Amino acid sequence: MDWTNLLEIAETEQKRQKSIRVHCCTSTGCRAANSLSVKQNLDNAVAESGLGDRVEVIGVGCMGFCGRGPLVQVDPEDLLYEEVTPENAPSIIEALDGGEAKPIKGDSQHPFFSRQMKIVRQHTGKVDPERIEEYIAVGGYQSLYKALYEMTPEQVVSEIGKSGLRGRGGGGYPTGLKWATVAKMPGKQKYVICNGDEGDPGAFMDRSVLESDPHLVLEGMAIAGYAVGADHGYIYVRAEYPLAIQRLQKAIQQAKKYGILGSQIFESPFDFKIDIRIGAGAFVCGEETALIQSIEGKRGNPVPRPPYPAESGLWGCPTLINNVETFANIAPIIREGAEWYVSIGTKNSKGTKIFALTGKIRNNGLIEVPMGITLREIVEEMGGGVPNGEVKAVQTGGPSGGCIPASLLDTPVDYDSLNKVGSMMGSGGMVVMDRETNMVEVARFYMEFCRGETCGKCVPCRTGTVQLYSLLTKILNKQATKTDLEKLETLSYMVKETSLCGLGISAPNPVLSTLRYFPQEYLELIQEDSLNSKVTV
Amino acid sequence: MSVRTLTIDGQPVAAIEGATILEAAKEGGIHIPTLCFLEGVSAVAACRMCLVEVEGINKLLPACVTKVSEEMVVHTNTPKLQEYRRMVIELLFSEGNHVCSICVANGNCELQDLAIEVGMDHTRFPYRFPDRGIDVSHPQFGIDHNRCILCTRCVRVCDEIEGAHVWDVAQRGAAAYIVSGLNQPWGEVEACTSCGKCVDACPTGAIFRKGTTTSEKARDRAKLEFLVNAREKHEWTR
Amino acid sequence: MQSLTAEATKTQKSQSTPKKTSETDKRFKTLDITIKRNHYRQDALIEILHKAQESFGYLEPEVLEYVARQLKLPLSRVYGVATFYHLFSLKPSGAHSCVVCLGTACYVKGSGKIMAALEEELGIKAGETTPDDKISLMAARCLGACGIAPAIVFDGTVAGKQEPEMVLERIKAWQSKT
Repeated sequence: MDWTNLLEIAETEQKRQKSIRVHCCTSTGCRAANSLSVKQNLDNAVAESGLGDRVEVIGVGCMGFCGRGPLVQVDPEDLLYEEVTPENAPSIIEALDGGEAKPIKGDSQHPFFSRQMKIVRQHTGKVDPERIEEYIAVGGYQSLYKALYEMTPEQVVSEIGKSGLRGRGGGGYPTGLKWATVAKMPGKQKYVICNGDEGDPGAFMDRSVLESDPHLVLEGMAIAGYAVGADHGYIYVRAEYPLAIQRLQKAIQQAKKYGILGSQIFESPFDFKIDIRIGAGAFVCGEETALIQSIEGKRGNPVPRPPYPAESGLWGCPTLINNVETFANIAPIIREGAEWYVSIGTKNSKGTKIFALTGKIRNNGLIEVPMGITLREIVEEMGGGVPNGEVKAVQTGGPSGGCIPASLLDTPVDYDSLNKVGSMMGSGGMVVMDRETNMVEVARFYMEFCRGETCGKCVPCRTGTVQLYSLLTKILNKQATKTDLEKLETLSYMVKETSLCGLGISAPNPVLSTLRYFPQEYLELIQEDSLNSKVTV
Repeated sequence: MSVRTLTIDGQPVAAIEGATILEAAKEGGIHIPTLCFLEGVSAVAACRMCLVEVEGINKLLPACVTKVSEEMVVHTNTPKLQEYRRMVIELLFSEGNHVCSICVANGNCELQDLAIEVGMDHTRFPYRFPDRGIDVSHPQFGIDHNRCILCTRCVRVCDEIEGAHVWDVAQRGAAAYIVSGLNQPWGEVEACTSCGKCVDACPTGAIFRKGTTTSEKARDRAKLEFLVNAREKHEWTR
Repeated sequence: MQSLTAEATKTQKSQSTPKKTSETDKRFKTLDITIKRNHYRQDALIEILHKAQESFGYLEPEVLEYVARQLKLPLSRVYGVATFYHLFSLKPSGAHSCVVCLGTACYVKGSGKIMAALEEELGIKAGETTPDDKISLMAARCLGACGIAPAIVFDGTVAGKQEPEMVLERIKAWQSKT
């Protein structure tokens, strides 16, 4: 496999593709709404109509508008159909030949789509994730080739550094710096790990990327391997994502077959293989040191850092660990250049971010937006606001994040601004809450989550979350006093400052942010007299 | 091997490169409270008692695993640290059933000592009164899970010094407990050599010798150090 | 190999079921293949437990012991790993399974109410199986199907936009089947 072969595959595929492409979403969301039968009926309709020479139906990844699935989109006219049923699906094909399409016509110019900027999700919903040829036809693996033949590893690292890309898993650590650290570490054996243990409730960006465009992630990992000097990569996916796992397995196989993964990639001296590791239901494994323990077949207990995985990670070797979305940004950056990437976003947050917009909102689904867009634009324009109600708060960052009140909706979405208002970017969950939502209950919901997901290794997180949960319950049961409220706050800071890993450090965030923005809701539940405050022994 | 100089609580201390803050402090005669730390086995930084403040770093660092660096300025006993240490102990007391007056380790218990050291006379958090069970199936020893603080010292001595790996942690979070074998009664675990190192390692009265009653638990902690020295340095001190 | 499997069944003193070995039980054969494919590597423990659960339905003590012996791992370590991860079950599950997603998006849209309705109807709590071994009720943290919240998984198939009545209907259909 060399450059000419790659172009040949692309050309053959482009020629093979029919002029009219009917994209039918076959990802988890639409699949649950029976999209596989929709696709089957679309296929049958094409066969019956005799349009097979110019029309093809392609099962694709997530188009983002998951709340209205199953979705079918027709190119080149860019027609969108929502809530398609197996019964009315054939009419979409008939409409190509003068008939009338019966399913609800979507508005592909709606702000939900038009305000998006797609870098990671550029080909999502357009390419068949189960065929590598389709990925190659849209320029796939050319960045890897370019990296291997036109750039030194140092140049790749410096390009990623210049792009300003920051970790998309939540922490926002500069990606280039991480790569440079691993690259500089001595040692023959190094590893690259892709963290696909997306555990934040209310977030499914990584699942969608893996299901819709797995090769984009594999290409990013391979480029990373070349840049830091690793020949082995692991991709850790949670077991709750069976379709993502299945598509990754297929993608790895196909890439190996073409000599794009494995030994002597593109006939260069660079070897890189990727193995999949499947999680087993532990949120804490999204924490990088816990994830490494899990890959080693152990309990997912985080270990103290330093040493950071970049110095001593998997089996004690220097290890680069990035999130799915971070790796998915790599190939576009190498292809278009760091300068292009720097032009997108804000001063300290470059590029785009995918969010899972859910909760009490009209338009549910996945959006990829440039950094710096405001929460208001996302929630009101793209999301269409709360049906029959008003926004009370937006929760970002999952159990590690915080609740941002409606009064701060003009906050721009970037790492620093979200931190400033007491929340965080997180991996990309964005849950909209309306006036009916009880914020103390929300805080307890997240504390219940952390209480159940703490590994139990360090004392503050193991026992602190239990005590915080009972304090919140006591408050909700209107049995708490002002002393309890003070205790809630003191203990929150203690758990935040003394816990061993990110889970414990961030577990009190939902409490602290709701205390900060919605103190009234707590106070309303507090017993005024302290008759009940007798020491509980 | 080069030397690093640092300041701990205003006192200049010299330590070998690669030493931890805890080792450096000990060398300088400065006491930092610890609980899950045990000389001779790996440090896990789980109890958070040894957290210290380091100037220029905005998070608290566990002294047992943090390496010294040149001109580091460490504070080991600030009001904040005192408050947090006390809270750790309070949380531990409310988590298990720690009734000193009827415990084998009374007067010989590291948890009790620390409670006194940090000035904990009561806990602000409600007791949880767990019902965790007791295993006395072993002919010589017993384990009372109600007194266990999950420091995992027993797990580490059994794995790292004795090599039998009888113990591990089962479940997770609040449900976590020390497990022997395949969740079998301790006495049925064939891997156990009855060496008693876990009894010596246990900081509380959770693992004890049978026949000992209130306040009678005696430990030979120095034996663990003796064994580690003998194995690693080939120096026999007893 | 034979002596190892004999070892594996030794702790099951009170059980009168016939001895399961790779010779008599096909499921152990499948497990053996997975172990061999992973070159008896200790770090493959989680992969192997996944496979074991797939073929045995749950991780019974003799399976855990068998895996531990084959990988030459301490028993307590294997038990610790098997109980750390939520997806591993050490108890047999019911003929049907119903998983309610309690992730944020589903919760905000009322999955908590669905769970409450199910618990009442079945008389069990999340994580339990009905006494007749028919239905296991479970809670999921997040299925990543937030766009179609609230989501429920019936016997492995995700269904979106559920309401308590719809879910109870499905459950009742299971209950009435014998």
